[in-house]
Amino acid sequence: MTFMGMTLAEKILAAKAGKDQVKPGDLVDVTVDVAMSHEACAQIEKPFEAMGAKKVWDPDKVMITLDHWVPASDEMSAAMHRKIRGFVDKWGLEKHFYDIGHHGICHQLLAEKGFCQPGRLVLGTDSHTNTGGALGAFSAGVGPTEMAAIFATGEIWLKVPQNIQVVVNGTLQDRVYSKDIILAAIKELSTSGARYKAVEFRGDGVMSLPMWQRLTLTNMTTEMGAKTGLVAADATTYNYLETLSDPHIDYKAPDRADMEKWRSDDDAIFQETLVIDGADLEPQVAAPFSPDNVHPVSEVEGVHVDQVFIGSCTNARWEDLLIAASYFEGEKVPRGTRVIVSPASTNIYNRALKEGLIETFTEAGAMFLQSTCGPCFGAQGGLLDAGEVCASTSNRNFVGRMGHREGRVYLMSPATAAASAIAGEIVDPRKVNPKKVRLRGPDGATKAHSLNKLLEVAA
Amino acid sequence: MTIRTRFRGRAWTFADSIDTDMIVPGKYLTRLDPESLGEIVLEGARPEFAKEVEPGDIIVAGDNFGCGSSREHAPLGIIGAKVPVVVAENFARIFYRNAINVGLPVIEAPGVTELVSDGDEIIVDIATGTIENIKTGRAVVGTPLPPNMQRIIAAGGLVGIVRQKLGLDPAPSEEEDADVIEL
Ligand code: SF4
Repeated sequence: MTFMGMTLAEKILAAKAGKDQVKPGDLVDVTVDVAMSHEACAQIEKPFEAMGAKKVWDPDKVMITLDHWVPASDEMSAAMHRKIRGFVDKWGLEKHFYDIGHHGICHQLLAEKGFCQPGRLVLGTDSHTNTGGALGAFSAGVGPTEMAAIFATGEIWLKVPQNIQVVVNGTLQDRVYSKDIILAAIKELSTSGARYKAVEFRGDGVMSLPMWQRLTLTNMTTEMGAKTGLVAADATTYNYLETLSDPHIDYKAPDRADMEKWRSDDDAIFQETLVIDGADLEPQVAAPFSPDNVHPVSEVEGVHVDQVFIGSCTNARWEDLLIAASYFEGEKVPRGTRVIVSPASTNIYNRALKEGLIETFTEAGAMFLQSTCGPCFGAQGGLLDAGEVCASTSNRNFVGRMGHREGRVYLMSPATAAASAIAGEIVDPRKVNPKKVRLRGPDGATKAHSLNKLLEVAA
Repeated sequence: MTIRTRFRGRAWTFADSIDTDMIVPGKYLTRLDPESLGEIVLEGARPEFAKEVEPGDIIVAGDNFGCGSSREHAPLGIIGAKVPVVVAENFARIFYRNAINVGLPVIEAPGVTELVSDGDEIIVDIATGTIENIKTGRAVVGTPLPPNMQRIIAAGGLVGIVRQKLGLDPAPSEEEDADVIEL
């Protein structure tokens, strides 16, 4: 038998199924490397106990965090949290349980604590689990009953997906980011264009991106209906994994010798290709009520914003906050606009506190929350009334997503959102010059840094 | 293996891209049981649905039904409303898996939105993938539910399958024919 080239997605599924070769459409039984859950864990208990398992197959491979209703917003979410704590205790899942105060948005924790690694199969009870594919993993969302089955057996069936490649050529302009790439891609492919498929991002315009930007790309493959999004492993991937600031207990960085293994073969078959000219790309905005209703920012400039939300698993990493801060520095949010900032994890919050970044936002009149999903899905903290407009760095702008059915959400990059916050209306961030960002050093002295320098160091 | 394969009921039609936020809006996600989810299900798409739906009614939807989040509340709410089967032009991936895993049969039938108008009496056969409109006498043939998913439905969902795998419940033998109940 001669072997055909495989895509990265196919290689990972073949390895997890113990096969030399798989092809789209194959149903495979695969072993799971990381099983993640958040508040949906409250729904795992019932099917898990009904399944009758005597133990969780491998507690070392299970990560649970609270993120959607933190801190608990009502009696029902409090009951849910208590139930999850009980489940964690009963089945010995304490090792990778991140309770409030140590928590973060699940996808950020999977990345920053080193759970997602090249060649791994990562499944989580959240549709944006796709995010982890930026680290060369096959990372996808499942439902709580499936997660119960994984907890019981460590295995699951998957259908090998077809593959789409999104090739980005050229380097992005200043103040244009991966959020703009992914919005442009969703516009072309539509919210159902990648249904059941794996989307791999390729080309020099992708491989030159730092990890914090790659995570935004794979995150929003969910908005195309994709099963997973991936970026092949390269030096950026391994550098990221070798320098994690707060890895999980027992963490081991992966072996660089495997780097070549976790990329698509030259003769791999992609059923569809989308080519994006990165150098030409302008900032993009998804208007209500669909993530594929995407326009260049010039077409929506001038829309008044009642609220700006800088947060979510899409764009609330340290670097996203630095970008936003460069627009808030020394400015005031105008009357008629309110701003909510929430970092993607407790680690990022702590760093923003320590280095004085929180003050940059609060002095401008923004509200700085601890890490939470709350506003992103209309659960708590920052809901919209009828007719109100929110500029958001998150990933969904469906009807009712952030509160009232007639609330209108526009999706954009942190640069566009922050520039719009200060203007009180949607603006092209390239028209506003970012300022230097003040940060407090370890010696306690505050210094102003150029944004691009800070981003280079961070990358 | 016992599985009910034919369903007859009144159709409720829905547009394309009914997302999970329309099926169960975020504010209800702290509800976990099918019954209480059934009281509000599809509120974001047709607010009257949950109040007026009768047991046995069938949902007929357009493209990409269930897109959005991975919330299992969506198929559970549909079960809570006592809808026995959902037909759509096609489904979003996680919704499809969640539905099967909690024991709700779902059938992809391209052309079904043309075939069925709101309120029509229809018959859905999940073994053949056929949807029949009683009023017009016309039918479309969609994709039959694949055998591995029929097995999951017959086991009452993934819970039953895992119990079989762990040796807690007897597994149906390979040769045993599907014991079909038609209604
Ligand atoms: S931030 Fe929003 S999209 Fe991301 S996991 Fe939380 S609710 Fe979901």
